[in-house]
Amino acid sequence: MKSLRYAIPLIIFIGLMLLMFKGLWQDPKLVSSPLIDKPIPHFSLPELLDPAKTVEPERFKGKVWLLNVWGSWCPECWREHGYLEVLSQREGLTIVGINWRDETADALGMLREAGNPYTAIGVDPDTTAVLDLGVYGAPESYLIDKQGVIRFKQVGAVTPELWENELGALVRKLEAEG
Amino acid sequence: MKTCQSILFVLLLFTIAPAFAVIESYTFDTPEQEALFKKMTQELRCLVCQNQNLADSNAELAQDLRKRTYEMIKDGKSEAEIVEYMVARYGDFVLYRPPLKSSTLFLWIGPLLFLAIAIIVATGFVRSRQSASADPELPDEQLRMARDLLKKENQSS
Amino acid sequence: MIPEIGHFALILALGMAVIQAIFPLAGAQLGYQGWIHVARPAARLQAFFLTLSFAALVWAFLADDFSVRYVASNSNTKLPTIYKVSAVWGAHEGSLLLWALILAVWGMMVSFFSRSIPQIMTARVLGILGLVSIGFLLFMLLTSNPFDRIPAPPEGRDLNPLLQDFGLAVHPPMLYMGYVGLVVPFAFAIAAMLGGHLDAAWARWSRPWTNVAWMFLTLGIALGSWWAYYELGWGGWWFWDPVENASFMPWLVATALMHSLAVTEKRGAFKAWTVLLAIFAFSLSLLGTFLVRSGVLTSVHAFASDPERGVFILGFLAFVIGSSLTLFAIRGNQIRSFVHFSLVSRESGLLFNNILLVVITLVVLMGTIYPILHNAMGWGNLSVGKPYFDFFFALLSVPLLLALGAGALLRWKKDDGAALVKRLVPALIASLIAGVLVMLWFGYSLGAILGIALAVWVIWLSVMAVRDQLRGNRKLTSIPRGFWGMILGHLGVAVFTIGVTLTSIYSVEKDVGLGAGDSYELSGYTFTFNDIREIEGPNYRGTRGIVTASDGNYSVTLYPEKRTYFSSTMPMTEAGIDAGFTRDLFVALGEPLGNGKWAVRLYHKPFIRWIWLGTLIMGFGGVLAVTDKRYLRMARRKKVPAAAVASRGATA
Repeated sequence: MKSLRYAIPLIIFIGLMLLMFKGLWQDPKLVSSPLIDKPIPHFSLPELLDPAKTVEPERFKGKVWLLNVWGSWCPECWREHGYLEVLSQREGLTIVGINWRDETADALGMLREAGNPYTAIGVDPDTTAVLDLGVYGAPESYLIDKQGVIRFKQVGAVTPELWENELGALVRKLEAEG
Repeated sequence: MKTCQSILFVLLLFTIAPAFAVIESYTFDTPEQEALFKKMTQELRCLVCQNQNLADSNAELAQDLRKRTYEMIKDGKSEAEIVEYMVARYGDFVLYRPPLKSSTLFLWIGPLLFLAIAIIVATGFVRSRQSASADPELPDEQLRMARDLLKKENQSS
Repeated sequence: MIPEIGHFALILALGMAVIQAIFPLAGAQLGYQGWIHVARPAARLQAFFLTLSFAALVWAFLADDFSVRYVASNSNTKLPTIYKVSAVWGAHEGSLLLWALILAVWGMMVSFFSRSIPQIMTARVLGILGLVSIGFLLFMLLTSNPFDRIPAPPEGRDLNPLLQDFGLAVHPPMLYMGYVGLVVPFAFAIAAMLGGHLDAAWARWSRPWTNVAWMFLTLGIALGSWWAYYELGWGGWWFWDPVENASFMPWLVATALMHSLAVTEKRGAFKAWTVLLAIFAFSLSLLGTFLVRSGVLTSVHAFASDPERGVFILGFLAFVIGSSLTLFAIRGNQIRSFVHFSLVSRESGLLFNNILLVVITLVVLMGTIYPILHNAMGWGNLSVGKPYFDFFFALLSVPLLLALGAGALLRWKKDDGAALVKRLVPALIASLIAGVLVMLWFGYSLGAILGIALAVWVIWLSVMAVRDQLRGNRKLTSIPRGFWGMILGHLGVAVFTIGVTLTSIYSVEKDVGLGAGDSYELSGYTFTFNDIREIEGPNYRGTRGIVTASDGNYSVTLYPEKRTYFSSTMPMTEAGIDAGFTRDLFVALGEPLGNGKWAVRLYHKPFIRWIWLGTLIMGFGGVLAVTDKRYLRMARRKKVPAAAVASRGATA
């Protein structure tokens, strides 16, 4: 029985290897959001297409909607725009955009070329709303339910795969709720 | 002007993230405020260039966060309030000093635990070596050679 | 053509590694002399083919052969020649080739410097080295081939600008010599377990190899730290980044191993523990390789983030270490020692040293992988950074340094505790006085008192140890070099501690906006921002500031720069540094603030050079220890006769 102690390093090592293996399939760069299942923080941003108006999350209470942070400087966002248009038209998903750290002219140019899937677009050149939302890159999207609670966050583009695997089902579920 | 996903794209070209300071010159009312700013920016992690703290990162988000930190300090907020602000938005990931909670208990207690276990085991080991019965004075190699020699002698005689 | 030769040589090297592994190990087990003798030539041939392969890659870089994908990704025609060479190991595939080359070179050196070791043991050692080589060569040939071809673009990308620097060119080879070198004591440990017996001779053979690997690792890590300081522009020298930790952990365990081997050689004690340490040290080298190349952790150093590659390395790691530890689990009980020693003795002191070093290693390991664990458990993302590591490392260093000082005075087997304590009292007093004096000079700080006191404690007691040796009219020159190696190693630690303490506590830093002609006063120096100019280099463009620093008597001009390399949009800072024995002045150029003003960061860093000076002294100690006369005697000794080998082999 004394010789069992010599097996201890091996046992610890096996545990470590299992952990490393699991770790291989995680992406350490993806930061999980602390805002899931919390009400969306308030913000009030000027509307891109009509600066006299403002965009606030309260406006969309009672709807299931997607908040999408984007900028014309972000290559992924360009790729995403086309699919967001599809989603807003085919699925009737309400998509609200926040144009982050961008020049108005560039943003408008991107909407012309890549499409405009947005019901409303807030302009955030100084990272005020974006910071409160815990966004750290673009594109990022939040799915908000009818009560204004954040239910899902996507870091990176919204893709067809994401919709098929997860997002589509979640949207339908939230739509069905009161 | 690019932020992280685009930086990631650049990073893929150069597999090492360039690291260098962006220097702004903020002025503070008191040296305590300045010290707090230094401490906060060094202990908060940049979410974009994730291998740097807020003080050293060149990323725009880092600049924005530094500015926000500066504003909060000027407003008289304490360290705890600033930490809470950042964690509420970005989670514990943003803290280089991991918080003490049930999921990090082992992290914080672990070192002392290791030390305690090591000392206990070692003490037991040292005690067992105190007894005089444990002691071949000769190193094994020479013992074996001696035995071989004796064997040869027995065979030849 | 040449890259094809390089590729082919790599395959041949793999073939040699297979021969080097299978025949000697089988031969040692079955007693076939012929197979045992295959080991040395196979090892030498493997080294030859890898040298050829490496040379081919170097040629490809020098000839700007962009049809080789690796060259196109990491070089271009405007890159200065010296960096074309260092680009060979600047990224994943090439650095793996360097790893494999160095591994083969260590094997070749073992084949040459093992004449006093029984053939069967050498065969096993080389066989194990061969097995490890197989892993790396297969990994390269299957997933990370540096000789992959592409349709040649007209121009390559460029070497990462950060790597276009002397320090960072030399850092990887040094580091790998150390990292990889730990395979030798590992192989000796496994070979000894396979043979079924472990004795002081095994420890004696392993020691010089361990010391040399340790020395290279010390210098490699120091180079990385020094580079980070002058290149990255934030005045820091250690960030506890996962890959820094990945190099530091093997160093800690290698240090423990060096000390444990001393006990095993001198007294035959700690045998099983020493074997475990040897396995642990090399495991950490392999683990480090895994962490850097698998994407499991984010790091500034990460070479590759590829789960597939990660699986291969992990599998290899699991196999090598798993089988070693299984062997240990089976044979551990047989190799244990039963040597008697007192509570107060050098053995105990070294045991305490080992405990502390291993606990520090475990803390660093845990801190490094805890984020992975935390995430795997579903608790979300977590960061463990500098504040955590600094805290525990400082805490554990205190007993370590105390023991380090006292340990040099301890005698083997049994020492007089009361007498020892009496000798420690003057050291304690001197240390505290020194600490208080330094604090009075620089400014109030408990940390400074502690740090300086510990350093002086070590120095004082090391000097006492030297005096002990000189007792009885012994001459300085007749003291063995091994002893001087130890003393220098310890003094190096003391110097390092002084540097870390003073620079951590008393560094001053200030960000200011300066226009032409503006000045700022920092720590007795007046920094004047004179001018700013546009500059152009071979593959970059930039701005250079001209800053004069003066304290009244002494004046120096510094040229902080901001460069944009053509291949990258990221600007790089080159700090203007005035290096000094007692302080560094450091100026980094920031962004233009408008109205002709520029953001400038000024540092005054006292005694920072002592950090690397300390590591140099440590490294030199390692060199002295290895050149101890008894090793030279061992090398000159005649080959052990074959008959004695055969009989030993039969009983093995």
